[in-house]
Amino acid sequence: MRHRPVADVSHLPTYDFGAASPMWWGTLAFIALEATGFALAIGTYFYLAVLARRWPIGAPAPDLLPGTAILIILVASIVPNHLVELWARRQDLAKVRLGIVVMSIVGILPLIVRIWEFPALRISWDQNAYGSIVWFLLGLHTTHLLTDVGDTFVLAVLMFTQQGKAGRRFSDVSDNAFYWDFVVVSWVVLYLVIYWAPRM
Amino acid sequence: MARCMSLLARLRKRTRPLMSPAFACPTQISSGNRTTGRVPGKAADPTQWIGTAPMLVLAGCSDRQSALHAHGANARRIFDLIWSFGAVAAATWLLVMLLLAAALLRQCPADATRSPLETDPHQERRLACAVTSAVALTVLVLIMLTTASFFAGKSIASLSGTETLTVRITGHQWWWEVRYPKDEPSQAIVTANEIHVPVGEPVKVELDSPDVIHSFWVPNLAGKRDLIPGRPSELTLIADKPGIYRGQCAEFCGYQHAHMAITVVAESREAFDAWQSRQDAAAPAPDGDEGRRGQQAFLSTGCALCHTIRGTHASGTIGPDLTHLASRRALAADTLAMTPGALAAWIADPQSMKPGAKMPRIALSADDLNAVVTYLGSLE
Amino acid sequence: MSGIAGKSAEPQQEALKGVRDTGLEEARLRAFLAHTWRTPKGLYGWLVTVDHKLIGRRYIVTAFLFLILAGLSAVAMRFQLAQSEAGHIGPDLYNQLFTMHGTTMMFLFAVPVMEAFAIYLVPLMIGTRNVAFPRLNAFSYWVYLFGGLMIWVAFAFETGADAGWFSYVPLAGPEYGIGKRPDFWAQMVTYTEVSALAVAVEIIATVFKQRAPGMSLDRIPLYVWSVLVTAFVILFAMPAVMVSSTMLILDRLVGTKFFDPTAGGDALLWQHLFWFFGHPEVYIIFIPATGFVSAILPTFVRRPVFGYLGIVLSLVAIGFLSFGLWVHHMFATGLPQLGESFFTASSLMIAIPSGIQIFCWIATIWGGRPIFATPMLFVLGFIFTFVIGGLTGVMVASVPLDLQVHDTYFVVAHFHYVLVGGAVFPLLGAVYYWFPKISGRMLSERLGRWNFWLVFVGFNLTFFPMHILGLQGMPRRVYTYPPASGWGEMNLFISLSSLVVVAGFALFFLNILLSLRNGRIAGDNPWRASTLEWATTSPPPSYDFSRLPVVTHREPLWAEPDLLPVVEGLRVDAREVLAGTVADAVPQLRVPSADNSIWPLLSAIAVGGAFLGSIYTPWAVVWGAIPVSIGFICWFWPKGEPEDEE
Ligand code: HEA
Ligand code: HEA
Ligand code: HEC
Ligand code: CUA
Ligand SMILES: [Cu+2]
Repeated sequence: MRHRPVADVSHLPTYDFGAASPMWWGTLAFIALEATGFALAIGTYFYLAVLARRWPIGAPAPDLLPGTAILIILVASIVPNHLVELWARRQDLAKVRLGIVVMSIVGILPLIVRIWEFPALRISWDQNAYGSIVWFLLGLHTTHLLTDVGDTFVLAVLMFTQQGKAGRRFSDVSDNAFYWDFVVVSWVVLYLVIYWAPRM
Repeated sequence: MARCMSLLARLRKRTRPLMSPAFACPTQISSGNRTTGRVPGKAADPTQWIGTAPMLVLAGCSDRQSALHAHGANARRIFDLIWSFGAVAAATWLLVMLLLAAALLRQCPADATRSPLETDPHQERRLACAVTSAVALTVLVLIMLTTASFFAGKSIASLSGTETLTVRITGHQWWWEVRYPKDEPSQAIVTANEIHVPVGEPVKVELDSPDVIHSFWVPNLAGKRDLIPGRPSELTLIADKPGIYRGQCAEFCGYQHAHMAITVVAESREAFDAWQSRQDAAAPAPDGDEGRRGQQAFLSTGCALCHTIRGTHASGTIGPDLTHLASRRALAADTLAMTPGALAAWIADPQSMKPGAKMPRIALSADDLNAVVTYLGSLE
Repeated sequence: MSGIAGKSAEPQQEALKGVRDTGLEEARLRAFLAHTWRTPKGLYGWLVTVDHKLIGRRYIVTAFLFLILAGLSAVAMRFQLAQSEAGHIGPDLYNQLFTMHGTTMMFLFAVPVMEAFAIYLVPLMIGTRNVAFPRLNAFSYWVYLFGGLMIWVAFAFETGADAGWFSYVPLAGPEYGIGKRPDFWAQMVTYTEVSALAVAVEIIATVFKQRAPGMSLDRIPLYVWSVLVTAFVILFAMPAVMVSSTMLILDRLVGTKFFDPTAGGDALLWQHLFWFFGHPEVYIIFIPATGFVSAILPTFVRRPVFGYLGIVLSLVAIGFLSFGLWVHHMFATGLPQLGESFFTASSLMIAIPSGIQIFCWIATIWGGRPIFATPMLFVLGFIFTFVIGGLTGVMVASVPLDLQVHDTYFVVAHFHYVLVGGAVFPLLGAVYYWFPKISGRMLSERLGRWNFWLVFVGFNLTFFPMHILGLQGMPRRVYTYPPASGWGEMNLFISLSSLVVVAGFALFFLNILLSLRNGRIAGDNPWRASTLEWATTSPPPSYDFSRLPVVTHREPLWAEPDLLPVVEGLRVDAREVLAGTVADAVPQLRVPSADNSIWPLLSAIAVGGAFLGSIYTPWAVVWGAIPVSIGFICWFWPKGEPEDEE
């Protein structure tokens, strides 16, 4: 077919933040599907709890300490996370570099504490269905945490290379911050389920 | 030795399972000499076992396994529902097809120059009207159908609570354990793959499974109900008229899901009571050498590990209770007809009759095999 | 970089960096774009390409190969069932056959083939040059391929899954599942999930962000709407089977107790999770098929579809409602009466949006002048058959009624009517319709007609009698039945009729093979259709459009039959596409589009290895994580010019 030019797009930028970028929508879609996975796992938890005559089955409620510690770390991490996001939007390379290093460290902390969290559940995964589902929930969140921390790491390294200067990197940092919020929110919910549902 | 060989040769020829008896009319079965592989020697005449079974007392000849031949209140309600839904569906389909045909055959003025985007607003409005009414009609029909379904469900549910008898059924891979509980648990009647019920009386069927999911389904009498490990459930059955109704496990449960049939024998209250009192009794001691030898072989070759014969020390629970084996119509959940030949074939090599069945092949000498068949054949 | 054009053009463009298409003469423009968007020649090119058309095409071919495998399994089953107590196939093999048939048809054929068409068509239909995440797209194909190969290789080594396509526990659980069979099944499901989710994410981002300028929500082609709704259904349904298949693997592998009633678990939990996915799954197959119908119909009745808005709302409604019906697969497990009525009502409710679509299509035909080309025949065959299947669906949605027909051949008839009549017929129509676009050649109409009538008549002869068999009490998934059942004659009839279907499919494949070489040359728009994919050449060039189109009407090519409005100002020396606002498609960004890469393949191999290994040891996941992370890092690591990456 023959063409009839009607518009010029040459002035358009090549990256932007938030909902303007296709990557943001991709991230949102991944968040949606992971959230569905969490929701179904939590649904399973309550389904099993309703079936059981006593809940938790054959174990005391989990020890609060490590889980709460992680909760505090994660909730606190919202502050640096949003600072990084802000700096990214301002395209302030020096501050973003600092911030992303901080976020990498903040990401590792809960993973370290988690080593004590599994025993703090006070039940093994193969003892009964209660043990299975709490390990499952914790495992899901750990995978989730691991992948995002890995992501942050790679991004941190990138920011210190030539690639870090590309404007699109700032957009990536901002999407990464968006995802981290989801990691935090999902832990708040899982924390309530794992630690407080059995105490109800 | 030669006898042994010829027996095995004859058994091997018969590789396919025999005709299942519960499908056919009782009268047909009693003349059922079509089984091959009869065990030579002193084994009883096949018709003899069957003749003594109480089925001849029954009046009517039963239908095939089918939801379209309802012989119980539960199945009848569903049958009516099938018809009404089916009729509505057929009418709806016809209507839609008529509309489609009309749309296709309508003569539209051909106009090659017209752009496809030029539509007649007048016609569009008429089409919008038509579509809206069709949707409204759909909603109406759906409300009708939901209501019909709801009331059928309610009327079926109202059957429960009126039962006069309880049967406890346990599904096993791939046979049914049938138990008539008594106040004294050890007195319960235990049999397999065949339920007897009095005609016209609601029977509560309690269902449970220790292994995988099965589904209890006797289409002529009632809809199906799953047997789920850890979730006992129940169902109410009524048979309106005497007969033999075949049912079949309806949830896929592994290798022999296809050969997990159950038979419901509906008979008059008197016949049922008579059957119950026969089943109450322990197995009679074998008379005759052959029978005694059979019992001996049965008790000493491992059969007793899995099977119970009340009155002997055989008390295994892995396989069906054999106390009154010969009173049943079929073997191994309707895989084989109850004849001496089939019984011998089964015991000689259950795995070729019903591959995968949980009964191993146990090596018996031909003489022992014959004796066991004679013994089991006497357990009426 | 710009080997063809030599030095870039005017000075003010220099400032904007890179060479633009503004004012570039068509031949030079095409030369530039062909260079920028090329896929290398040979095997290497085949492995690294991220071109949505090449990936879509190989997806389609692979899915049809799985159709042949699954279809041949069905033929084998029909051979065994043709007579009562036939001894051709024993229970062990039969159980594997129907499981492989159902699993392959659902997971490896029907869902992927719908995704495949979307991958091929969506960028063309919305006027862009590639999907939003091209490497993710390449990755999804490889994962799908490995999953399919794995389960079929396992089948070849007598480890074929054998617990049915929904693998109920405890039969598939640690105690009763045979050998590694259920593990292969569960991991195959994991693979296909990963690939389906990847496609869903990229479709959503592509349709939301990359539509041609002017393609506001109310101008999106109905097919694209259907694919978008499907992507959302995938997004919220697939995680359920991900959760459940992982639990199954864990129960089997490391002794968790999710489904063990003796330790607080529950066998029904599996059914809830599976059908929470499984019911939407059937609409994942069906919704895009209705999209095919809405795309084909207007072309062959020469008018726009009647009731665009009604159809869009129906699609969305079907998507929503599909999450509220899963329990209708579990009526026989026993539910409280109130719950029963709820799920009966919700299942019947879905008949309303389906009905709206049917009525709108009939109204479309009414208001137009039908041309009976092969794609149109398949659409008509679809309406004929699907309405039967939908109505039997309405029958089984009634709880008491379902208690008689559940797990019988009545249900087998229902779902083949909706799957084959409702999805495969439109799919075959779609192949006839878009083959000219994909290959540049027309399929033979004569063979097409034979193909249609054989499949249509054969199908109805094969599957209609199954309704009766089911009512007569024949359960499904039985490898044999007794002679006295009286089911023998009808089964023989069914088995013979299924050969007619096979003959029809054979003609279909023959037609494709013949027409690829000898078919009439198609030209850009052989059907004089209205959507954007017909605005470019057949087959489309690697860059889809030399200039990105602007949309001024819901039926762009009918509204602008001669001169296509386009935009200017995109780079031609680097891969670039337009991103716009979600609702009105006002251009916002020129986003770079990813270049070819080997890393999606290598990552898929790493991921596949980890899944496969986890069938044997949980440590495979731990060790597998290392190559997987390396793969992903290299995949996402930007290279060359800062703007060259995804
Ligand atoms: C493409 C796939 C597809 C589609 C579209 C459907 C559509 C529907 N299905 Fe089906 N279904 C399957 C695939 C599909 N199904 C599969 C694969 C299984 C079996 C899985 C297994 O066990 O292996 C199954 C099983 C299944 C069951 C479980 C049966 C059982 O196991 O016992 C039920 C029960 O409610 C059901 C209901 C419905 C309903 C109500 C619809 C509705 O959406 C239909 C709506 C459409 C119409 C009604 C026709 C058009 C409407 C009109 C022309 C308007 C006029 C209509 C009226 C007035 C009623 N389906
Ligand atoms: C999209 C889905 C789909 C499709 C298209 C089909 C197609 C067919 N199905 Fe399918 N079927 C299912 C989905 C599907 N099925 C599902 C989900 C189940 C449930 C499984 C379970 O219970 O777990 C099932 C179960 C099922 C059963 C029940 C088995 C049982 O319960 O025991 C039967 C029995 O007849 C059957 C038959 C057929 C037949 C004859 C076809 C025919 O239409 C097939 C037509 C044939 C072909 C498509 C092959 C073409 C091949 C050639 C022409 C060869 C050419 C060769 C070369 C080019 C090299 N199917
Ligand atoms: C390991 C356990 C086991 C042993 C040992 C065993 N059986 Fe069985 N038997 C079974 C099971 C399980 C069935 C049910 C098979 C089926 O229908 O799928 C069965 C079924 C039968 C039946 C049919 C019962 C009926 O009601 O239809 C007979 C008869 C029988 N066995 C006899 C014997 C004899 C005789 C022996 C010894 C030679 C024997 N069994 C040894 C487990 C066993
Ligand atoms: Cu038991 Cu099927
Ligand atoms: Cu469904």
